[in-house]
Amino acid sequence: MSTAISKKPTVRRFHQARWDEAIIFELSQSGQRGILVPEVEKEIQAQVGDAAAKLPKNMRRTTPPKLPEMSQLHVLRHYSRLSQENLGVDLNTDIGQGTCTMKYSPKVNEKFARSPKMIDLHPYQDEATVQGILEVIYRLEGFLKEISGLDRFTFQPAAGSAAIYANVSMMRAYHESRGESEHRDEMITTIFSHPSNAACAKTAGYKVITLYPDEDGYPSLEALKAAVSERTAGLLVTNPEDTGIFNPRIEEFVRTVHDAGGLCAYDQANANGILGITRAKEAGFDLCHFNLHKTFSTPHGCGGPAAGASGVTNELAPFMPVPIIDFDGDRFFLNHDLPDSIGKIGPFYGVAQNMLRAYAWIMSLGAEGLREVAEVAVLNNNYLLQKVLEIRGTSAPYAEGKRRIEQVRYSWEKLADDTGVHSEEIGLRVADFGTHYWTSHHPYIVPEPMTLEPTESYSKADLDEYAAILAHIAEEAYESPEIVKNAPHNSTVHKTKHESLDDPETWAVTWRAYLRKTGQETP
Amino acid sequence: MWSPDPREDNEVKRLGLIINPMAGIGGLVGLKGSDGKAIQLRAIELGAIPQAEQRAERALQTLKVLQPDLEVLTPPSEMGATAASNCGFVPLIIGEINPSATTPQDTQQAAQAMLASQVEVLLFAGGDGTARDIYQSVGEQLPVIGIPAGVKIHSAVFANHPRAAGELAGAFLGNPSMTLREAEVVDLDEEAYRRGIVSTRLYGYLRVPYQRRLVQNQKTPTPKSEAVQMEAIACDVAEKICPDTLYILGPGTTIRAIADMLGVRKTLVGVDVVSSEGVVAEDVTEKQLLRLIESKSTKIIVTPIGGQGFIFGRGNQPISPRVIQRTGKENIWVVCTPEKLHALKGRPLLVDTGDESMDDLLRGYITVTTGYREEAVYRIST
Repeated sequence: MSTAISKKPTVRRFHQARWDEAIIFELSQSGQRGILVPEVEKEIQAQVGDAAAKLPKNMRRTTPPKLPEMSQLHVLRHYSRLSQENLGVDLNTDIGQGTCTMKYSPKVNEKFARSPKMIDLHPYQDEATVQGILEVIYRLEGFLKEISGLDRFTFQPAAGSAAIYANVSMMRAYHESRGESEHRDEMITTIFSHPSNAACAKTAGYKVITLYPDEDGYPSLEALKAAVSERTAGLLVTNPEDTGIFNPRIEEFVRTVHDAGGLCAYDQANANGILGITRAKEAGFDLCHFNLHKTFSTPHGCGGPAAGASGVTNELAPFMPVPIIDFDGDRFFLNHDLPDSIGKIGPFYGVAQNMLRAYAWIMSLGAEGLREVAEVAVLNNNYLLQKVLEIRGTSAPYAEGKRRIEQVRYSWEKLADDTGVHSEEIGLRVADFGTHYWTSHHPYIVPEPMTLEPTESYSKADLDEYAAILAHIAEEAYESPEIVKNAPHNSTVHKTKHESLDDPETWAVTWRAYLRKTGQETP
Repeated sequence: MWSPDPREDNEVKRLGLIINPMAGIGGLVGLKGSDGKAIQLRAIELGAIPQAEQRAERALQTLKVLQPDLEVLTPPSEMGATAASNCGFVPLIIGEINPSATTPQDTQQAAQAMLASQVEVLLFAGGDGTARDIYQSVGEQLPVIGIPAGVKIHSAVFANHPRAAGELAGAFLGNPSMTLREAEVVDLDEEAYRRGIVSTRLYGYLRVPYQRRLVQNQKTPTPKSEAVQMEAIACDVAEKICPDTLYILGPGTTIRAIADMLGVRKTLVGVDVVSSEGVVAEDVTEKQLLRLIESKSTKIIVTPIGGQGFIFGRGNQPISPRVIQRTGKENIWVVCTPEKLHALKGRPLLVDTGDESMDDLLRGYITVTTGYREEAVYRIST
């Protein structure tokens, strides 16, 4: 029987705004202001005199900063438009940003973080007047000690990489204290550990040795044994790795490095699949770090401010960055008295709002709730794994057929070979359905990669929708690849010329650089 | 719907197409290659059906959208004209051939004609032997792209599959300022190989357009960043050069970067010997090597040659089992950019020295210098 109403399509129909919005500097109009600051009262002016003249001469600007001049309405409109050209965890099923743990950030925690009680605090305030936030940080440290089994934590690093850098610095300080830092100049990591491990070790001046997987796709113990020596300062390792594969021989890894006199740091930036299940301590690690903005739900904040929590055993505690927060039975205080400290890794005591958010998140869940987070995240991931592998042209390389923990690095290699459609193009086509996945998958070993990490935040319906979108696109790739190759059609974003991304000469990451490189302003 | 990127200009572009119709025919019936008339006849006898033309058509299909602004120059019949016509092109035929009896000379002549006709890019279907013929004719004067169709695909001039070759050609025609990379042309002496003797040479480098994801994954290092990475490796090596030690330098662009850093001349495809004083000997044979290194402290610096990851037994034969034996396994220094390691997709590095006990000795894990104070521990297999 025919019907006048056609069925809704199975995948979402979506169309994003495309404002062709100018850069804020182009919108600037001379003389426009967002706030008109009233003149100072005559009495005050008489008392103070010319305030600017009181500043030392070398601290005074000779020309005003070249900031855009705009009214409040125009600023608000500008950023609202830009936000419409974006996606985010509050708008889409944000599972395509694998390794980033894009979970829901509960709004009630925002309320705490934005309350005047929090935002009116200043890090230079006397300890006696900030006992509340110091207590929160102290208690949060207690939670992370319990979660990891390690003995002390600092929240000073403002990002995961900063926490790794802090850990590397503490490892060096430890070897220095034993007179061994000169010859222990090598750090070992694995190729599928988070790339920040290699980068931080390199930045700290270490030689970096990277282990490649064995025939089964697991980190190779044999390679580790070939790599360790009296020059080994330590091991920096992510587990589960960025492929979602858990290293079943992690204890042997740690033992092998310890036997050679090295230290072991556990990258738990993303601990979402193992909360309440395994701990750094039981695996024998000396150090670890968590990203509060991954596992503990605080917002990623477009590259910052984030919060990296770095944890150590008592043996390494003397080297922690100062101040650490201690309690003398009566009051909480900033303890600067660590003579062997590596110094400071970030300003003050870290990103306090994020610590409050993470504290609130953990308090709302409790110990059992944290374990449930991990269980649901792993269940979600393995459910999605099943769904994605049913899609034509997909695979999950390395440790094939084995389960993954909290994320999977998939490959579209088969589909690309069959149809000529590449992962990057599928990523752009996904945007036509109001969601996304990114194509940044360092170190680019897995061909045609796609890394999905569903976390615990998303429902079965969310995952089904995401998988249906991928299946729909895979079908398009086989039936009419041009649709995918010319995507996106309904999204703000469009294609980028890759050649221009290869050459720093063709970049302008600031307005000033743009003016200079287009010859409108001389340096 | 957004239309595909509009072409920046509508000038007619010229594409050269050469198919080696015999490419791959031997492999289909287990003959380890297709070089030489007798083998080709034997392959046909064994029931092999040529597939190079079909593979070339898969590449050409991706270029159909460029019509009518694309002119295809190609030799007659099975060396290109048939495939071009099958894909809807009206090819400009150049030269003459003897159908069903084409020879390497036909490939060479056609390539020379392409060069003279100023095609923008030359697309060829074949294997290592074909790449070698093309290299002999055009050297580095013409951008080329290999459609993999042969039995031996050790050279790095081939795209991952025929369609990718076509896509790459299309991208290059649309953007002729695209970066070109030097790609190794490696070939194996098939006749010797069938007798169980491996004899390969690095013949030189062809210039291949570089587009990230069609060569490898998107966002892999670019020729620009790879050059920097090679320089980083060279810095690492240069820092560790000891006096009173001979260094045997295998072929390869990474080794050339090391020679540049050391300020010594390096033959492009040969094995050279240098010391902290400068060049000791160029383009040496095994015999010369053995004489030079006798009772001297020696190190061998090699990099994987070709796309398969061979560190010994492909393109560096003078570094024979006897030379390795004298030098000692602990004095082998493998250097390789991370990109090349990643391109192996988890497969091990390979050795094929021609001496099984030596191959066994080399098996296991080896430290590979991948940058300045950067190493990988990587598996070697046979």
